[in-house]
Amino acid sequence: MFSTFMINAWLVGTIVAVIAGVVGFFAVLRGSAFPAHAIPNGAFAGAAAANLLGINTLIGLGVFALLTAFGIGTLGRRGRNDVATALILVLMLALGALFLSRSVEYEQQIYSLLFGEILGVSTTEILPLAALGALSIVAVAALYRPLLLSSVAPEMGEAKGIDNHRMEMLFLLVLAVATTMTVPVVGALLIFSLMIGPPAAARSLTDRPLLAMLLSVAIALVTLWCSIAISYVSNWPIGFFVGMFGALSYLLGRVFGTYRHGRVGGAEVRHRQLIPATPG
Amino acid sequence: MRPLLSWIFEPGFFSSDPVHVAFVIGGAAAVVSAIVGVFTVLRGQSFAGHALADVSTAGGSGAVLIGINPLLGFVGFGIIGAGVMDGIGVQRVRGRDLATGIVLGASIGLAALFLYLDTTSGGTTGATQQILFGSIFTIDPATIPVVIVFSLISIGIIATVYRPLLLSSVSNEIAAARGVSLRLVGLLFMVALAVAVGLSALTIGAILSTALLIGPAATALRVTKRLWSAFLVACVLGVGCTWIGVLLAYDSYYWGSSHLGVPVSFLVVALIFVLYLASGLPIFRTRRRTSATQKFSGEPLRARSQSLIDSTEDPRG
Repeated sequence: MFSTFMINAWLVGTIVAVIAGVVGFFAVLRGSAFPAHAIPNGAFAGAAAANLLGINTLIGLGVFALLTAFGIGTLGRRGRNDVATALILVLMLALGALFLSRSVEYEQQIYSLLFGEILGVSTTEILPLAALGALSIVAVAALYRPLLLSSVAPEMGEAKGIDNHRMEMLFLLVLAVATTMTVPVVGALLIFSLMIGPPAAARSLTDRPLLAMLLSVAIALVTLWCSIAISYVSNWPIGFFVGMFGALSYLLGRVFGTYRHGRVGGAEVRHRQLIPATPG
Repeated sequence: MRPLLSWIFEPGFFSSDPVHVAFVIGGAAAVVSAIVGVFTVLRGQSFAGHALADVSTAGGSGAVLIGINPLLGFVGFGIIGAGVMDGIGVQRVRGRDLATGIVLGASIGLAALFLYLDTTSGGTTGATQQILFGSIFTIDPATIPVVIVFSLISIGIIATVYRPLLLSSVSNEIAAARGVSLRLVGLLFMVALAVAVGLSALTIGAILSTALLIGPAATALRVTKRLWSAFLVACVLGVGCTWIGVLLAYDSYYWGSSHLGVPVSFLVVALIFVLYLASGLPIFRTRRRTSATQKFSGEPLRARSQSLIDSTEDPRG
């Protein structure tokens, strides 16, 4: 399990889990689950295009992830956000299908791009992946306070002079950078599990943002490490375990959260649902 | 005239059996998706619709694994997924994206496993491509009656709960005040949604089915304000895009010399996306200028109900 060819998998897996934990925390906080699902799928089309043109996969991933983020940011501003996200998402997937239908190793490629191929990471790829990872961490650190404020209390942020639209766009771009480096490892469809499950669990464990972020990284690490180990032993696809553990961590977090808040908290939450979601 | 026609419809188009099957199934799926889609867009449940598409991906690949018709897998898993999403709180606005995302993630994990087993032990080749991106030209004609039955079920559910569904789509609070069981209506709608997604998964592939569901409906709601004309426009656009997609895909075999062909699903999705973009053009907006503030149709109703809520006492005190 710790032989030389597995070292890369462990190393890259660790980087991916840290990024997913940090960026995913904000995705959950902002309710950006849908964009967090759509951008990796856009990257999938990019990988397919890069493959067809014979250029570096990472470039294709990056360009298409950024394009998707821009598309969601601009189209979503006018009209309905979720509709724009949904349509851009399927357009990108369809483009990916088109590009892949032109290449020879169709089946296997679709599979590994969508569901991940952690063993396929070569040593030369680690450095660019780590650099992109560092970039997204630095970006989150630089944006930390305004991003946090515009996520939890957009009106208050506006009052303090934060442009919420710009924040949304910046966050989508960070998401795109994070996606670019994670897709080759866990796949376009499953990076989403890692970005949503652990942060959601962390949020139900604590209300303090920084602690929640650290917890989210820790849970993501455990999720991915367990997935790599079990996938290695059982020979089943890593994506299956990432998906299952992601959901499991969310459920455990929710059970614990309900227990922590007790009955009074539960009643309070139930009361809040009755009030219209729009700020009134 | 004749050369033009034979240029548009390449030889054998009208006599080809796979094309007939594709027209019938694609048409039925487009109509059901359009009608359910209008409500999906009005209720802001695009993400739920997309999540159900990914849930049915797992169902479809599981069906291939045990050797039954993929459609049964799509719809079966979709309905189970709808139940789970409802159970863990997809009806609430707060946190429903998370609940949706968790179900989505878990079911993609399952799909990864099933597709892996399909290709390694099942000996079925092409399952990944067939389930994810569809293959409307290879559908067994015996599926048609099943498709018709499922279509009727889905439209039947919508017709039965039409009024309360519409009311709760516009405002949960007013619907609840009128004694509508939000839970029941929401759950029934999710079942109709799951069936619609299953049908369009069969047509353009499981992970692309969202296009047929959301695209025509969203476009229709951008060009018209009246609900019934939105249904009509969405149906026409959905069926039109599907049929033209099928036609172009058939013709594309004759384009160039490579005989590679262009996937049907790509063409359908691309057409839908272009239409959605076009509906944002200024010429389609003139009518909406008349009633000032709204960004999209449904807004006047929503605004009216919001003012109704505002005028009553704020429950938060």
